[in-house]
Amino acid sequence: MGDDVNAVEMRDISISFPGVLALDGVDFTLRPGEIHSLLGENGAGKSTLIKALTGVYPVDAGTIEVAGERRSFSGTADAQDAGIATVYQEINLCANLSVGENVMLGNEVRKPLGIDWRATRARATEFLRELGLDIDPRSPLSSHSLAVQQLVAISRAVAIDCRVLVLDEPTSSLDRGEVVQLFSVMRRLRDRGVAILFVTHFLDQIDEISDRLTVLRNGRLVGEYQVGELDRAQLISRMLGRELAELDVIGRSAERTIDRSGDPVLRALALGKHGQIEPVDLDVYDGEVVGLAGLLGSGRTELARLLYGADHADRGSIQLRGVPTRLTSPRHSVDHRIAFSSEDRRGEGIIGDLTVAENMVLGVQAKRGWLRRIGRAQRDEIVTGYLKQLGIRPPDPNALIRNLSGGNQQKVLLARWLATAPQLLILDEPTRGIDVGAKAEIQRLIADLAEQGLGVVFISSELDEVLRVSQRIVVMRDRRKIAELQNNESVDVDHVVALIAKESAA
Amino acid sequence: MRRVLKNRLLWPIGALVALIIVNAISRPSFLSITVRDGELYGSFIDILRNSAPLMLVALGMTLVIATRGIDLSVGAQMAISGAVALTIIKDSPTPNSLSTIAVAVLAGVALTLLFGLWNGFLVAVLGIQPIIATLVLMLAGRGIALLITGGFITTINSTPYAFMSQGYALGFPFAFFVSLGAIVIVSLVVRRTALGVLTESVGINPTASRLAGVRARSITWALYGLSGLLAGFAGILYSSNIMAADANNAGINIELDAILAVVLGGTSLAGGKFTLAGTVVGVFIIQTLTSTITFLGVPPAVTPVFKALVVIIVCLSQSRRVRQWVRQLWQRLRPAAAAKSPAAPTQGAVA
Amino acid sequence: MSAATPVAQTRLSSLRKLIQRRVSWLPVGAAVLILILMFVAGQSYFGRFLTPRLLSSLLVDNAYLIVLAAGMTFVILTGGIDLSVGAVMAFTGMLAAKLLSTGVPTGVVIPLMIASGAIFGLIVGVLVNYFDVQPFIASLAGMFLARGLCFVVSLEAIQVKDTTVLGLQSVKLGTFEWYITPTGIIALLVIVIAAWVLGYTRFGRTVYAIGGNEQSARLMGLPVARTKVLVYVISGICAGVAGLLFTAYTAAGYSLNGIGTELDTIASVVIGGTLLAGGSGYVIGSLIGVLVYGVIKVSITFLGADSSWTRITIGILLLVFVVVQRVLVARGSRR
Repeated sequence: MGDDVNAVEMRDISISFPGVLALDGVDFTLRPGEIHSLLGENGAGKSTLIKALTGVYPVDAGTIEVAGERRSFSGTADAQDAGIATVYQEINLCANLSVGENVMLGNEVRKPLGIDWRATRARATEFLRELGLDIDPRSPLSSHSLAVQQLVAISRAVAIDCRVLVLDEPTSSLDRGEVVQLFSVMRRLRDRGVAILFVTHFLDQIDEISDRLTVLRNGRLVGEYQVGELDRAQLISRMLGRELAELDVIGRSAERTIDRSGDPVLRALALGKHGQIEPVDLDVYDGEVVGLAGLLGSGRTELARLLYGADHADRGSIQLRGVPTRLTSPRHSVDHRIAFSSEDRRGEGIIGDLTVAENMVLGVQAKRGWLRRIGRAQRDEIVTGYLKQLGIRPPDPNALIRNLSGGNQQKVLLARWLATAPQLLILDEPTRGIDVGAKAEIQRLIADLAEQGLGVVFISSELDEVLRVSQRIVVMRDRRKIAELQNNESVDVDHVVALIAKESAA
Repeated sequence: MRRVLKNRLLWPIGALVALIIVNAISRPSFLSITVRDGELYGSFIDILRNSAPLMLVALGMTLVIATRGIDLSVGAQMAISGAVALTIIKDSPTPNSLSTIAVAVLAGVALTLLFGLWNGFLVAVLGIQPIIATLVLMLAGRGIALLITGGFITTINSTPYAFMSQGYALGFPFAFFVSLGAIVIVSLVVRRTALGVLTESVGINPTASRLAGVRARSITWALYGLSGLLAGFAGILYSSNIMAADANNAGINIELDAILAVVLGGTSLAGGKFTLAGTVVGVFIIQTLTSTITFLGVPPAVTPVFKALVVIIVCLSQSRRVRQWVRQLWQRLRPAAAAKSPAAPTQGAVA
Repeated sequence: MSAATPVAQTRLSSLRKLIQRRVSWLPVGAAVLILILMFVAGQSYFGRFLTPRLLSSLLVDNAYLIVLAAGMTFVILTGGIDLSVGAVMAFTGMLAAKLLSTGVPTGVVIPLMIASGAIFGLIVGVLVNYFDVQPFIASLAGMFLARGLCFVVSLEAIQVKDTTVLGLQSVKLGTFEWYITPTGIIALLVIVIAAWVLGYTRFGRTVYAIGGNEQSARLMGLPVARTKVLVYVISGICAGVAGLLFTAYTAAGYSLNGIGTELDTIASVVIGGTLLAGGSGYVIGSLIGVLVYGVIKVSITFLGADSSWTRITIGILLLVFVVVQRVLVARGSRR
């Protein structure tokens, strides 16, 4: 292996989509025989960079060199031919086939009369053994755990003799033992000279396994570091964009005392779902904003969905104002005046081909049922009211919602929920992908709503937002609630970052 | 002017007008309407009358397609309702009494309503692909109809029953009024209530709709029932026309015609936004097309070829790739225009 | 071997392992079971049911359906559907009858039949894969195109007097009341070839992969687009061969042939254990499915009941299979 030639060298890569500059002049190098981690929050550009490397997206500007050769990928097959193999988070294998078939798919051993299965299976077994896997190549892929399936996917990469292996969030669904196993496989491959690009948001794991790391933020390169060069808190700051030295206590809404004498609007008792989050206790009172803080993958969205009934909890219970209630569908929650705004605005929020007005009244309409249509007058009243109150631009009720900017789309969705006069509002990343001005407006709105008595659960990756708006902060990590704090002067971003960064007792 | 051009109904209506003009030129008698005993006759009138069954079925199909589904069983359901109605009338001692007719019609339609709800159950509750779920009834339905008629083509002699598709009222064929009635009722139900918007919502983004609290399952279920109901009425009309319950031929291939009418009218097969007005125009286009082909002396059996070509053209026009090609071709052909006009305001997301 | 920790292999007894390896054959096993049950029921109810004559006729009378089902299996395995097969079969038969009656030699006609079937398949495949038309619509259009072209060739039936073609059906080989005709042999040959292609070629493995997870198959660098078009071409070719067999069987080309046959084909394939969603199924299963269909048809005749019952029974069986498939899939994914 030529150690002086970089396995991958990406220079000045820029990729843009309509309205969004996903990558802005990013440089990235990967050396043979190293494990390199790529870090960044959602929207930082991680997945775009990987997709550029693996041939999914074409680059608008910049160059890619693999082992010293200039390359231009017009598809995934090209990237594969260049020796770049990828194992995605959703194991991209075929569950209907056996382990051996998956490993050798497309590369089966052939005789004159067709595929020689015995030889093919033998080779598959070889590749599996190289990773320390001793499983029956004839067993169905689906009969194995996700962790093993992932290793099978890696075996496939070995089978095509890759020189670069990209692992995209491989550990999200693995338990500790499985992670250890994966890491030993990764080290083995690294020692053979394979360059491994490891994408994860679990900071502990980065320390454990990587040699070097790269941090992206907002589509730009923040820096390339040796592991150990930065301590945990510094790392998080780089990802979130706050230099510790500049941190000051962020102004927040006036301290309000919340009346916690009665029943909370919502009380979750040991609410959890196997494979998604560990049991969580959570109380939300009238007029209170409870902020959920944590990094990607900490389980905040999963918790929110359980609170709303979008997913079914298999552990724990919910009480609404003291009354035990089963929330088994969004329909139930709507009837109980709970509203939920998903983090996936496009996929789970807007009804793209309908107008702003139609989107706005959808919640109210759904509640009333199909028979009783909202009258024109009432609709106009609702719509003009919110167009004004939320400052939606352009204030055209007949514009198609998909033509609005992200910030305005979010406001329309908020209006949808507010129109149903909820008692509890669950907002998952309402400020994501929105310009600064709109972000501020939405935060102010949330604070106002709470002041008027609405209970709010607020999720955001931007810690300063959470601190600015919430009365209480629940910190989550690795799908567990690890802390709960009253928000007062003594709490600042440092504090929360430290909580998240704290070494977990292994 | 641009707004007129952009109105989606323009293209179907334009196609219909073009078709009528072609017909009028090649046979001037096409446009003539004669009056006899206060009743109107002529090619136009024939189209109004003969399109009634297709109109009913296509209306139901529009709504089902809007939910991202499809109903292949409508032809078989037509056979079933006809079989039920005629069997009742045949076995009744008073085949000419209005109450017998009423009972027969209601029974036929009630049965297809149930079958429609059955389809809806398979699709909305069990989650079976609409194509397969309705395919089953398409397969089995004609057999069921044959069972009801005992394997024969039941014929009856009942003047009131014949009236439905052969009679006249106010100078126009009664069947046309049935058609009109259906259009008005369905349009009212869909646009006066929230059913239309909720259906579109479900078709455009089922997940977001569900999260917003829309009862997606119930709506889908009900719309398949409606499709069955309308197919039932269509079957009554058909059997009234031939005064027989022909289980093998009633409504044969009407599924394709209905899908074609819906698509020609501008509703996308992918579901979401729909237009009943477009479907109405689409139905007339197909009916006129059939009439044209018959007039041209082409054996009716060959009609499917033309329909197939139309389907292919329409599907291609909806295909992204073809639209891209056309756009590129257009750009290449008009570089001068592009240079002249100032930079157009950038739209939202590119297709 | 290696010093690293091997994965803790789940302790399976050899029997369990055997079953696990063959779990995808279960639906075929179910189909075989149903077939046997039907044989037993038929024998006990009708008496002289399980005769060599009847069993032989099962194969010979349904040879065309066997070939259609083989082609349809490819399409359904990729998650698609082909509604045009009945009409294409009729068209190729019609074409052949017409050409033969005008004196074109058999050696030219037969390849032409198959080629025309392939062309229809190509049209549908291109529509589906390159123009994003739903398989249902595209193949429906193909069906109407073929059906209409049938009538263009001739409105009435055309007799076939060609001895080679007729000989395919009339030549009976066999002993002791068992018999088989060249048509039956062709059908079995098609099954064998199809099974070999699916099991022993990279193309066949790609078919399964696409059905399992098309996105993954693409990401794995498999030639997805080409394969998706080819499966429709194969279905078309099979329709052409089936046209030959059917024409030999009825000794005529007739435009109303094969109406509804596509549904019989799909039903046979599904009953034979192939999942409609794709990715799982075997051609042997489709063969069994056709035999089940044949037994039902024969039983209906024996019962003296109206032949329309055949379609109803098939429809019901299809429904049961689809619902069961759905339940099993839902159960599996909830894991």
